[in-house]
Amino acid sequence: MRPALLILVLGLLPGSVSAAAADEPVTLSAAVQELKGASYGRKAELVRDLAALHQAGTKELLQALLDGEVYARTRDGKVFIVEPGASGYALTDPLTGKGAGTEPEEGFEKIGINNSLRRTLRGALAQFDLSSPDKDTRVAAVKELLKSFDDGSSTPAAVAAMVLLREQLAKEHDGSVQREIRTALALADLGGDAPAKRLAAIETLASSLNPAVYKRLVALTDPSVEADAGVRNAAARAVRHIDGWRQFYSVVEMLFFGLSLGSVLVLAAIGLAITFGVVGVINMAHGELMMIGAYTAYVMQLLLPNAIGTSIVLAVPAAFVVAGLVGVLIERFIVRYLYGRPLETLLATCGLSLILQQMVRDIFTANNRPVRSPQWMAGSLQINDVLSITYNRLVIVLFTLAVFAVLQLVLKRTRLGLEVRAVAQNRAMARAMGVRTDWVDALTFGLGSGLAGVAGVALSQLTNVGPNLGQSYIVDSFMVVVFGGVGNLWGTLIGGMSLGVVNKILEPVAGAVLGKIAVLTGLILFIQRRPRGLFPQQGRAAES
Amino acid sequence: MIPLIFDRPGVVLLGLLGVLAVCVPILCLGVPETSALHVTTYTVALLGKYLTYALLALAVDLVWGYCGILSLGHSAFFALGGYAIGMYLMRQIGARGVYGNPLLPDFMVFLNWKALPWYWHGFDLFWFAALMVLAVPALLALVFGWLAFRSRVTGVYLSIITQALTYALMLAFFRNDMGFGGNNGFTDFKDILGLDLHAATTRVSLFVASALALALGYLVCRYVVISRAGRVIQAVRDAESRARFLGYRVESYKLWVFVFSAALAGLAGALYVPQVGIINPSEFAPLNSIEIVIWVAVGGRGTLYGAVLGALLVNYAKTFLTGALPQMWLYALGALFVLVTVLLPRGIVGLLPRGAGRAS
Repeated sequence: MRPALLILVLGLLPGSVSAAAADEPVTLSAAVQELKGASYGRKAELVRDLAALHQAGTKELLQALLDGEVYARTRDGKVFIVEPGASGYALTDPLTGKGAGTEPEEGFEKIGINNSLRRTLRGALAQFDLSSPDKDTRVAAVKELLKSFDDGSSTPAAVAAMVLLREQLAKEHDGSVQREIRTALALADLGGDAPAKRLAAIETLASSLNPAVYKRLVALTDPSVEADAGVRNAAARAVRHIDGWRQFYSVVEMLFFGLSLGSVLVLAAIGLAITFGVVGVINMAHGELMMIGAYTAYVMQLLLPNAIGTSIVLAVPAAFVVAGLVGVLIERFIVRYLYGRPLETLLATCGLSLILQQMVRDIFTANNRPVRSPQWMAGSLQINDVLSITYNRLVIVLFTLAVFAVLQLVLKRTRLGLEVRAVAQNRAMARAMGVRTDWVDALTFGLGSGLAGVAGVALSQLTNVGPNLGQSYIVDSFMVVVFGGVGNLWGTLIGGMSLGVVNKILEPVAGAVLGKIAVLTGLILFIQRRPRGLFPQQGRAAES
Repeated sequence: MIPLIFDRPGVVLLGLLGVLAVCVPILCLGVPETSALHVTTYTVALLGKYLTYALLALAVDLVWGYCGILSLGHSAFFALGGYAIGMYLMRQIGARGVYGNPLLPDFMVFLNWKALPWYWHGFDLFWFAALMVLAVPALLALVFGWLAFRSRVTGVYLSIITQALTYALMLAFFRNDMGFGGNNGFTDFKDILGLDLHAATTRVSLFVASALALALGYLVCRYVVISRAGRVIQAVRDAESRARFLGYRVESYKLWVFVFSAALAGLAGALYVPQVGIINPSEFAPLNSIEIVIWVAVGGRGTLYGAVLGALLVNYAKTFLTGALPQMWLYALGALFVLVTVLLPRGIVGLLPRGAGRAS
């Protein structure tokens, strides 16, 4: 089937060198040689011819041409794929795929491409991807081919693409790829003559979120483009339908952004909620403990430069331990002497935060330190044409939920958790029952500080790691704790998430800074109405 | 009443201020520059800056030391007072700015603004600006305090929301379209009340004005503290519920002392800006508020003169250390926070022999 179809394709292509098609290697070399002097229009034809040949090495050549790596040697006019190196150009012969040595840059002339040729190249390359075993690659290829219908359905590129897509549809087994191909073919049908055919195409396209489809449908509502009123109405209906979905997905996206921001806030605040809620201490150095966690991630990365993924995973427990130890030290040497004097504790820990900041500045300098993200956090999850979720945000949300779950388990299911809750509810009674409250205080403080360290690791993946990292989050995390209700972890979770979402909703309306001011002002007013937060502690614990 | 106002440490403080107010002008203007006794205008401005800080510390001591309200918003009141006088100073520049616009300050011309925003009107008059210096911080404190005290937001909660207030104001003032010069704030002032700001005589006058303001501020605070209302305020600090049950309107007392303190902070800001020659949103930084609190804590809270002493000492140390060992300053400040709160809860004043210590 394939040779027959190829001849069919070639026959459809105006200006194709069909005579030479019988002797393929010759054609390839001839086409390659012709590339260097040809006009852009002729180059496009040559590219299509080359693509149709389906010969080994063609794909690499076309890709190189798209990347601007194909050069002609001025000396003998031979065409090479070129890779710039320190000692000149490393040459590859496009016909054999073999290396052809390295030569100085002077003796070469680049084979130029323009935007329309670039599109032709992408379309041609998509044909190769269409037969890829990976279905995502096939979907991407269909989307690329679909762009060739932008200028109507009768251009040579569009005709060639249509043939290819029909062929692929016949042998395609995967539902999602089939759907994409149907969308693409329907888009091609929009250029057809019969209004009924166009109506049917619109029917198919109404469920697509592809931006190219949307553009075409919007164009079809214009009387100067589409003469038939029925088709225009159908197109308008389809546009409204798609608009609805686009709006829905943009709300979903905003919610997700809000939740991911909220997760960061929750992570930053949850340790604070523990020290504030249980020990009753305002720890102004909390932000600096996060900073310590972030720098731990940086140091881990320095220790394991070849395994970024492992280093970030190991950084989580390491940061917990380091920040936790610092926390225990803070409690033993400073906070212990200040129980019952919350304002003094606030000042002392504030002084500590200054010392920690300056220490980091002296050790790591005041410059921001880069912490690289592992491979599995890069890229994004493409849900459909208008909604994609970046993996690093997704990971942060999941990570936050995991940390929260583990913390709940520790507090509800372990001996330490029991004692922590007992001390939080009634210190004197807990002591009378034999709980060593000073130990519990130290460990709780360590736990809260360790959580700050873990939050710092997460932050290192989102923002720059610098000495001021903690400061920028401290006001926000206090707000989350106060908003959610002191001593209530669920309150912190819900408070943080809702603050994140509200922030993201306000952002497009009012701008980032004004939105933040609005949130702060709203919170100040909220605290007036409910001084003990969304979820105040119930019972005797609330008395203190 | 009169002898109560003039307690011994207070008299010493006022005496010292008087000596400063007389000697510094003489040493600056009367002694030739070649003499070893000559005080440069730079030093005069520096001393003047310390005095405004001391006034600010006084304001914080009044609410924190006597009423138990740990306000982390006083840098905002200070900065608002500074901005108010800054607006006056900007209007005084007139056509001498870089763009030579007689009405609009340079940054507005730069941002392509055509007309003066409504809230800039009136600031060409000194009396109006002077009024605003007190009124704007007082009004903010009134609204904020009314909301906060009425719903009985106390202790660390109050501290945190005052900090949020400062933070929100800082973010707001960083915005260009607020009409307060954004990032750069106001600077490049030319003259005040027709006097050249860079002249030695003006500097000295501002210094004397700061000394006078501090002396007056001290006396008024002292009067407030020993008055009947002052006793109630201290009762609120020590046992808020008991004071309420005795029939005192705790919220009103707290509110008025908070508003008065805010106005005092605004006055300090207004004296500060012409002497340092710049005001920008970083004055709102939450850290500044905490620094003020530490001045008071170092000196000894609940004594008024302790606050003045603390402000002067810490700021002198700051000038000295940031000049000599810049990277050590934050360590020193941090250590000061920790040591004073853990080891010296009554501050330096607490080290003095009893009798000279707490007045009440």
